Formats: sequence, C-alpha cells, structure tokens
Amino acid sequence: MAFNLDTPPKPRIVVIGAGMAGGRIVEEILKRANPSEGGRMFDISIIGAEACATYDRIQLSPVLAGEKTFEQIVTHSQDWYDLNGVKTHFGCWVQGIDREAKQVMLHDGQTIGYDYLILATGSDPIRLPLPGADLSGVVAFRDLHDVDLMQKAAAHASKKGGGEAVVIGGGLLGLEAAYGLARRGMKATVVHLVDVLMERQLDEAAGRLLEKALAERGVSAVLNAQSEAIVGETHVEGLKLKDGRVIPASLLVMAVGIRPHVEPAKSAGLTVERGIVVDDQMRTDDPFIFAVGECVQHRGQCYGLVAPIWDMCRTLADVLTGRNPDAAYLGSELATRLKVSGVDLYSAGQFNGGEGCEDIVFRDPARGVYKRIVIKDNQLVGAVLFGEAADGGWYFDLIKKGESIGDIRDTLIFGQAVTEALAGVDPNAAVAAWPDDTEVCGCNGVSKGTVVEAICGGADNLDKVRGCTKASASCGSCTGIVEQLLKVTLGDAFKAQTGPKPMCKCTEHGHAVVRKTIVEQELKTIPDVMQAMKWTTPDGCSSCRPALNYYLLCAWPREYQDDPRSRFVNERNHANIQKDGTYSVVPRMWGGVTTAKELRAIADVCDKYEVPMVKVTGGQRLDLFGIKKQDLPAVWADLNAAGMVSGHAYAKALRTVKTCVGSEWCRFGTQDSTGLGIKLEQDTWGSWMPHKFKMAVSGCPRNCAEATIKDFGVICVDSGYELHVGGNAGIHLRGTDLLCKVATEAEAREYSMAFVQFYREDAWYLERTAPWIERVGLEAIKAKMFDADERKALSGRFLESQAVFQVDPWAEHAPKSEPAQVFSPLADLRSEKKEIAR
Amino acid sequence: MNASLALKWVDVGAAVDVPYQGARRVDTDLGAIAVFRTVDNEYYAVMDKCPHKGGPLSEGIVHGRHIACPLHNWSFSLQTGEAVGADAGKGCTPTVPLRIENARILLGLR
Repeated sequence: MAFNLDTPPKPRIVVIGAGMAGGRIVEEILKRANPSEGGRMFDISIIGAEACATYDRIQLSPVLAGEKTFEQIVTHSQDWYDLNGVKTHFGCWVQGIDREAKQVMLHDGQTIGYDYLILATGSDPIRLPLPGADLSGVVAFRDLHDVDLMQKAAAHASKKGGGEAVVIGGGLLGLEAAYGLARRGMKATVVHLVDVLMERQLDEAAGRLLEKALAERGVSAVLNAQSEAIVGETHVEGLKLKDGRVIPASLLVMAVGIRPHVEPAKSAGLTVERGIVVDDQMRTDDPFIFAVGECVQHRGQCYGLVAPIWDMCRTLADVLTGRNPDAAYLGSELATRLKVSGVDLYSAGQFNGGEGCEDIVFRDPARGVYKRIVIKDNQLVGAVLFGEAADGGWYFDLIKKGESIGDIRDTLIFGQAVTEALAGVDPNAAVAAWPDDTEVCGCNGVSKGTVVEAICGGADNLDKVRGCTKASASCGSCTGIVEQLLKVTLGDAFKAQTGPKPMCKCTEHGHAVVRKTIVEQELKTIPDVMQAMKWTTPDGCSSCRPALNYYLLCAWPREYQDDPRSRFVNERNHANIQKDGTYSVVPRMWGGVTTAKELRAIADVCDKYEVPMVKVTGGQRLDLFGIKKQDLPAVWADLNAAGMVSGHAYAKALRTVKTCVGSEWCRFGTQDSTGLGIKLEQDTWGSWMPHKFKMAVSGCPRNCAEATIKDFGVICVDSGYELHVGGNAGIHLRGTDLLCKVATEAEAREYSMAFVQFYREDAWYLERTAPWIERVGLEAIKAKMFDADERKALSGRFLESQAVFQVDPWAEHAPKSEPAQVFSPLADLRSEKKEIAR
Repeated sequence: MNASLALKWVDVGAAVDVPYQGARRVDTDLGAIAVFRTVDNEYYAVMDKCPHKGGPLSEGIVHGRHIACPLHNWSFSLQTGEAVGADAGKGCTPTVPLRIENARILLGLR
C-alpha cells in the first residue's frame, strides 16, 4: 500500500466484537467525525464471530415469539458498514493480541494492526454444570443460533402436538424465552431457584402478578426449585429437581445469567477481574486498549443491560475523537422493561433501596395495577411498575436527575400526568375547580355534581356518600377524590371517615371487611389480599400477616398453602418459646389420660435431652421445659415414636379438653365425662383458631373440670349434657353462658364442632370466644346453633377443614432432615475462634 | 494490634440457606448473630438479642426491613438496629456488617 503524502494515514481503530456495543461504538465515533476531514478521522475495522451484521440482541425475544423478523432487528447491516468505510471481518475470531506490535491475530492467520484497540467482546451465557447438560436439545438463549435451535425444536414439537419446554431461570431472559416458546405452541415451564420471579427487579407483590400474567399466557412457573439433573438418553427428556420431581421436556433452555467474555483480554495480559477492568474513560491498563459493554468491569460493577452500553460508548467516542477529552463514565442507573406482549412491567433503580428508604405503594386490583416507588433523602431512587408502566421513563428520569421530589411527593405515585397537573397546586383546590359534570366514580358513573349535591344534602361522611350515590362503593379507587370533595364542601366540619378500626397500620380495613373480602373475591394468598385490598406496606407486619394467614386457611382449607413465615415463632417451631429462648414441649394426652408407656417415654426424653423441669399444666398435660431449639426435632421424633402427637399447647388452636373422672370412678359422676372429653379432643385437635381454645367436660354439677371458664364446656347431668360457651379464665375472668342442653353425646359433639366452626369463621384474629360473644351477642350464636341446617353446614365445614389440618406437625417435621437443619444454627464460630486464640 | 480492629470477613454459609422472610442464627463467642433475609431478598445481620428482655430476634417475624421480637413484639429496623414504632427510642440491637459474595454470606467480624 502506497502512502499518499497529501493525506497522512489516519489512526487505525480495531473493534473486537460486532454485537450491540461494537456496532454502537463505531456509530458513535463516526457521528463525531468532522465532515471537513472527509467524514472520517479513523480507519476503522470491526471483527465479529457471528457471520452476520450487528443486531439488537435484546430483540431476540420478539423474534423467538414470532413477533418480529430477524431483518427488523438488524441495527448495522453489512451495507451500513460498507457505506461508512468500516472494514468488516465477520465470521472471524481473535486468536491473540500482540500489544507490543499492536496487532490482532485472527483465526485464519490474518493480522490487523491498530493504533487503538476497542474490546467489545460481550458476555457468554452461564451454563449450569448439571449432569446431562451436554444432551442435545439443551440450549442457552443468547444469540441468533440459539433462537434458531429453539424455533426448530418448537416447530418439530408442534407436529407432535406442542411439546414441552423447560426454561431454567426466572429472570428477564428466561421469562422472555419461555414466553416465546409458549407463543410457538410449546407448553413452557420456568424453573426458578427462589420463590419470586425476576427477584432482582421485582418485589414479591409484583412478582406474583407477573406469575399470574404469565400463566394466562401459557407459561407456568415452578418456584423454589433447585435443578439436579437433566435426564435423557441422547436427547433431553426432562429436568429432575432436587425434591425428586421430574418435569418432562423435549427442549431445555438455560437462562441463568451471563458472564463477561474476557478471554482475549486475559490472554493479552490485561487486568481482568470479573470483567475487563477499565477506568472512567473506558481505558484498560494498556493506554491504547479500551473496552465497552458487558465485558467490562467499571468501578467494580459489571452490567448486563443495554443502557450502560450506550453511556460507555458515548464516553469513549468523546474521548477518542477529542470532542471531549475529559469525558468520564460514572456508572449507570438501571432500568428494565419486560418484553412480553400485554405484560406491562418496568423496574428502575434500587427498588430495594437500603438504609433510610421509604416506600410508597399503590394498588388498583380492578385494573391489575401495582406500583411501588422508593424514596431516599427526598429523592426518588427506585420504581417498580406493573400493569401500567407508561410512566417508567419519567420515573427513571427523576431517578437519574436525583432532584428533590419534596414538592411532588404527594402525587408522585399517580404518575406524570397527575403530578404535573397538580404541581404546586393544593390537591383540594384542583378538585374544587373541576366542573360539575366531571366523572368522579368510573365504576358507577357518578359525577362531581352528584357527589357535592349529596354532601350538601347531609351525606357528611364517606359511608353516607357511598350509600346515596354509589360513588367509591365499587373498586374504591376514587375514595381519595370523594374524601377531597367532602373536605372542600364541608370545610372544617369534615372529619376523615375512619370506619371500623383498621387491622394494623398496613391497611385501612378492619378485620371484618378483610375476612369478608377474602371470601367474596376468592382471594387465596397473602400477596393477593394485600394487592386486592391495597396494603400500604410491601409485605405487611407481624400483626396482620399471622391474621391473614389464619383467615385464608380458614376460608380455603383445601387450597390455601400455609405460610410459616407469617406465623408466630411458637407455631413455626411447634413448641413454646420461653423467656431464655429455650422451648417447652407438651405432648397430647387425650382427655388428660395417660399410660405407663407414655410416661416412660416422656421420662426417657427428659433424661436424654436433660430436660430441667417437667410440670403438670392447668389443662392436665405434662410440659417439658428448657429444650434447646436444635434438639426439638429429635425430641419430637422420640415422642412420636412412643405414639404421642403434639399437644398444640403453643398454638392458636384447640389446646386441651380437661376432664374429671365422671361416672367411671366418681360416686357423683352422671356420665362418662372422661370418654366424652377424649372424643371431643379427637374431634377437634389440630384445628386452627382465631385464638387459643380450651374445652372441658365435668361429670356432674360439682364441675371438677372447671368447664364454666372454658371456651366450650360440658356439664354432664342425669338427663344429658349442658353446653356452655364463652368462658375465659384469662385477664378478664368470664364465666360461660349456657348455650343449651342436649340429650346425647352425639349431639354434644355436633354442637361443639358447629360452635367451633362459627367462632373460626366469624371472630377476628386474637379475639377469644369471651370478647367475641360479647361483641356478636349470645342470641346471634344461639340462632346459628339452633337452626339444624346451619348447624349441620357448620359442622360439615369443620370436618372438611379437619380432613386437611388434622395432622401432627411433629410427624410432619421431625423425620425430615431439611427442617432439622433449619433448627440448628447456620454456623458456629465459637470453636473456631477458640482455636485461633490458642 | 491494628489487625484486630480490622474487619475479618467470615463465610457463614450459603445465601439460600436463609429462608425468605426468615432468619438463621450464627453462634459466636460474643453472642449469637441473627442473619435475616427480607421479602426483597436483602440480607441483614444484627446481634440476636432483643435489648428489651433478650429475646432471640432470629425467631421473630420479618416484615419489610424490620423484625418483630418473638417475646414482646418490639419491632427493630434491620438496617440500623433501632427499635421502631411504639417502642422507638427505647433500645437498639447492634448491627453486624454483612455482604453477599458468590451466593455466600460473609459477616464482618472483628
């Protein structure tokens, strides 16, 4: 090549990698070139391993789903490179970099000299080293080749009626892959290690909504699932999970993450940690070599999203072209939008902020909208939007600007339009200025004029407005506006309508409304309730969560999955926590009766685990005190082995049935009170209740079993059984009310079950029968109990629930090794420290 | 001497071994440490002892970035260790530096 002395040679830039970063850096450099210099400042070459032009990798999902063609996602075609005088080496890969000679060696023997080298080598998909990972039909989701394989597999499977695909990884990429495969007719299952999809971008509530939305699009999710092996002979046949389940699959996609591709940089001797280490000008530790994109580690951070790539490329182009030699890349805020048709989902910034962060949560179940924004030091730092993500960019902008949002905080959650309309304006004044025909309540078509008229006509609180106009009586999303109208119209006369006392600070609703809503709207998980009833905290508190757990369990015994995380420690550990953090354990003794064998087993447990104290309880059971948490599973196992089950002495549940000896031994006893007590206990043990629940059966009116201070008491008399309810020996002593007298044991048992069920369904969590009866009135209870149909329906529902919950929690937990591990400390550093000290 | 003041990062186990909205205990000669995982998959560590009556905080209910003591339901911020809500200002449990690296939990101990 002859040099023309009139045009001195231009500096040569070589870009390794023709992906999104490679294409973009070339474009940014060209954009900054001075046209007076013939349009170009540099001789640019680009090397790409894929045998095609540069395409938008993040649009592979729509291609897989058949919503876009490959041509539509090409960003820089061969023609584009040609037109701009960029030399391309597609289908080539780099064999080595000679930093001394400033040369790049390609696989085919070519060498390309450079003045500046830009590494844009991207990243590789992580492949889990599972057994069977090398079977055919196991693919990653990273490049056009993978998409091609997946499309072919789907097409092949569809001939045989669809086929099944499993995607490991419930992150952005995995979900998009699964959705694409579902669109192509496969039954797609996402297997995810943790129990929330996209947990890096979403909180639990949004994760659950996403799960639902995906299910509607044919993608099911298996959460909390650890993959163990890929099964199959030569071709994948399924995925085996750690718990033994096998999910059949003719295609398995691994989408568990990416890892910077650093090989060329490493072998060239550049500093590489997780990624290629660069400074704020994208320079590696060789002043002539730069790096941009996913292969980079900047200020300790590696990025897997597109926005940082653009920021990096702009900075590097500014530096290289001299447009701004001091340009600096300072890291990027991150935002994600899920590319699944019809699922509007946006996540930006630190939605799980850190110290001093506050959350504002908005839920509109009628529209399936959930928003959560995170504020720190008066600045917006994060946002999660589900169902309505149009304002995502606006929030992201606020996050990046980092300006004080103090002025717009009140309306921020309602989005850009509302906030800007109301900026600096008193929200009440804005509502006051509305014309009369403005629609306030969309559900019921009520105008502002109608509401104001009603208020002037005497409807001076929310309930009354609801009563006479229907405004805010349906989905409730206009409640705030109706309240503003009350304020504006009544002035000082308005007092915020509080209604019944809220359950806790996380909600405005009282217990009764929550219980009713759970049943009416068929809400079946805690996040569902929180979503539908607009909880203001992300996951409730220690007061509402146990209550919700109970309400759901009572309403849907067959369907509801108990949530141990929402249970008080005693119910989680099936033992009573004591003041020193040890536990006490009470085995069940039916009706207070025991045997030599049981006593011997209890004595053995006491010896074996050095139980410091055994005490007879007020309910005629034996309580073993001072047991260490880590010993609990073994203690239960031993008691179980001797035939004993948990006494539930720790639970909001049926505790004990206290008895006297009755007609069998006592000279006054009129009926077999011990036998009836045992039967009642066998009927009702294991049933969860709003609070602890105790029963007793006395064999005669002398009442040795103290049945008149129990929740349900029976006094046996010559002619039958007196049934008593609502007694309490607690802080406020309350004697029972007589419910009725029945003639037979069978009736006594049916009444007890019906009463228990009515209490279970009607009382508020932590409300014992005594205050409950005073609240609802004895007459209301009698009315239910004396109606034979009602009584049968109640006892029927009780038995239905018992079919599910009458299980011994010790037997459920003791033999399993996993919970046993959870009962022991995560780590014990004590001995280690002693060794160091020595 | 200075070395003893520097943090020593100790691997105490796999991040997945702490249940969501739950906690695990780590025993040390200075007392037990409770390692928490929140609903948002954040991890925190505090001394496992309620300043009120010594309750094991690791057995409480995790809600948001808070823990409710199982003995008397005092609530504490997992970020600052300070009592919050009705009992704000009445006590504080020391926090322990924690970081997650390669899916392992590291505690910063002195």
